[in-house]
Parts: sequence; structure tokens; C-alpha cells
Amino acid sequence: MATFTLPKNSTIGTGQTYKAEADATNVRSFKIYRWDPDTGDNPRMDTYEIDLDKCGPMVLDALIKIKNEVDTTLTFRRSCREGICGSCSMNIDGLNTLACLKPIEDVLGEIRINPLPHMPVVKDLVPDLSQIYAQLTSIQPWLKADTAPPPDSERLQSKEERAKLDGLWECILCFCCTTACPSYWWNGDRYLGPAVLLQAYRWIADSRDEYTGERLDQLQDPFRLYRCHTIMNCARTCPKGLNPAEAIGHIKTLLVERDR
Amino acid sequence: MAENHHDAREATMVGRRTDGTLVRRPLSPHLQVYDMLQMTSATSIMHRITGSAWSVGLAFFVWWIVALASGPAAYANVQWFMGSFIGVILLFGLTAVVWYHTLAGVRHLYWDAGYGYDIPTTYRTGWAAIIGTGVLTVLTWIVAVIAWAS
Repeated sequence: MATFTLPKNSTIGTGQTYKAEADATNVRSFKIYRWDPDTGDNPRMDTYEIDLDKCGPMVLDALIKIKNEVDTTLTFRRSCREGICGSCSMNIDGLNTLACLKPIEDVLGEIRINPLPHMPVVKDLVPDLSQIYAQLTSIQPWLKADTAPPPDSERLQSKEERAKLDGLWECILCFCCTTACPSYWWNGDRYLGPAVLLQAYRWIADSRDEYTGERLDQLQDPFRLYRCHTIMNCARTCPKGLNPAEAIGHIKTLLVERDR
Repeated sequence: MAENHHDAREATMVGRRTDGTLVRRPLSPHLQVYDMLQMTSATSIMHRITGSAWSVGLAFFVWWIVALASGPAAYANVQWFMGSFIGVILLFGLTAVVWYHTLAGVRHLYWDAGYGYDIPTTYRTGWAAIIGTGVLTVLTWIVAVIAWAS
């Protein structure tokens, strides 16, 4: 059952403000979600005033500047800083995206930063993704085949067969889409969500995989697949420009065609 | 997510403090922070609301049909209500509700047939449903008023 409000321990209070230096000329406010497990307090929004003249162009640059120079307790995930590792996914200005790919100048006014929505918070901007990882494991995202590969070569594909994987293999598992999906918010215990279903389709669509039928069997379920109501928030928010909703649509089509 | 032991996610709602004691983790904000008024979620929410409103509206239709079968006095009551200011507003609103749900329903059928998933098309079809609702609602009433007057 969907609960539209936050639990009592999750409502967000007002936190501290860290002022910019007095001589700063190009100041922007970053309002950042903070929660520390070691205090018994509710989450709060801290405000950091940053001089953009002394900061890199992306939201991640500002976060790193804050951690290095203002408040070392600020906690977030990041690694590659170029949109390929998927670590710095978070909610910036009301949409999920990668902090490293989000230019500060794309946001008007103060920049509100929250963890990926409707997830358990480990600390500050770090959500617990174990549920989604377990769901990803459940669809067995690897090549499954009983036939041995040719002894002297790889399992070959035609160019057309390979082209079917474009728009699928590029997913970096940042889970911006899954945590942007209201259906996943309300039914994430059983609904697999857009990222995992896109991965499921990536293997269903692979000409070398020999378990297409079993994969479809697993998804023929009112919750795992069919909680997708084509809201399309997933495709709207994907920082890599992929379209999980379309992949889910293809799975639904395959299920209908199979049973006809 | 209130404490719900039938929900597998409950296990991840508990963490540990630095000293090893257990702590209940907060749930990160969702509706409170997400941009729900973007085209994708807004049209979806409106589809749900208009679907519910259409069901309620059908009750008025049933009232009207029952009154029609009950006789002139009952029917006159309904006619009076439907002709009153509140009645006309209600009927106008229901016309918009029915048109939106129909147009958005066609949009969903189009998706289910495998088309129109890319975001530019999604925005175009979304605007088409919203603008179409306005145009068709007004047209419906122009036709209704002309038919009623003649």
C-alpha cells in the first residue's frame, strides 16, 4: 500500500548554514540532505554558500569542494567524475541524475540535493541499494547457454543481432530510473523496477542467449513486470539517455506474442 | 514505508551506528522532492484522477437513468439539478474528465502497441492529450448548446 508521506523519523528539518567568504562575488546556495546515524536526530537540510568563481562547473565539483574545504563530514558516493561509473547518482533540483554530469548553471536559484528517492539512507546522500542489487541478481544478468561455443571462435552475432543491444548495454546501473519511478516507490518490494527490467531485456534480446523462454517465464508476473504503468519518469531521468520504458514495452510485447 | 513486516525492504531500513548499536534509517524523500509536474508523471497522475472521477461521474448518469425510469417528477428533479449552476459546472468538468481519460487512454494504447516511447514523442503526445481535452470539451459544449437551443 502506497504511503505518500514520510515516516516520523524521516521528516526533514532545517540545518546549519555555512556562509560564503566575505569577498565572494558569485555565490550560490547548495541545500543538501544530511542524516547522521550516530545522532538520534531526524534528517536536515544544510545550506552551503559556494563561490562559483572558485568551483568547477559540475554539481559534483561543488560537493567535493564542500567536503574538502567546508565540511568534511558530508558523505556521498563518487568515483569516475565522467558519467561512466554511476556512483554519484542523486536527486538534484527535483530530478535524479549524476552529479558529475549535471552543470551547476543548469539549475536556477538554490541547488537542492537529496539522496535517490524512497530509499533507506545509510548516511547523507548515500542510499542502501541492496534491494535493487538483489533484484538485479534475480534476473541472472549474464549469458546463459547450454550449447558450447565453437572451439575455435567466439559466439558470433550478425550486425543486426548486435544492433538490438544498443540502448541496453550502455546502462551503468546508477538506478536514477528505478528510484524515479512512483510504481517502484509503492511496490519496490516485488516490482523489479526500470533498471533491472532493462537489464532483463538486454539478455532476452541477446541472440547468443539460450534461456529467452525461461527469462520471459520469470517476468510473467503481476508485480515483477506488470507494475510498470508507462509513467515514463525512467526515460525522462536517465543520465545516459536510455529508455527503460521502451525495453519494458518490448518485454510485454514478447509475452503477448508468445501466448497468442 | 511504515513498519511493515510483509515488505522485503524492511530489512534494509535498519542500520548500525559507529558503536555497533542498531538505528532505524530514514526513508529518503520522494513525492516531497521529486518534480512530479513534469510531463511524464503529471499525465500519469491525471490519468488516474480522471479515471476515478469518471467512475464517480457514472453515478450521476445512473441517477439520471433511474429517474428517467421512475417518472416525470423524479426526472424533473434531476433536470433541475443538472441545469443549476453547480450541475452545469459538474457536467462541464465531467466532459473534460472523460475526454482527458479517453485521449490519455489512446496514448497508453499507442505505447502498448510498441510506439512513441522516446521522450520528445512522449512530450508531444502528452501536450496533444492536454490541448485536445480543452478543444474537445469546448466543442462538445458548443454542439450540446446548439442542439439544446434548436
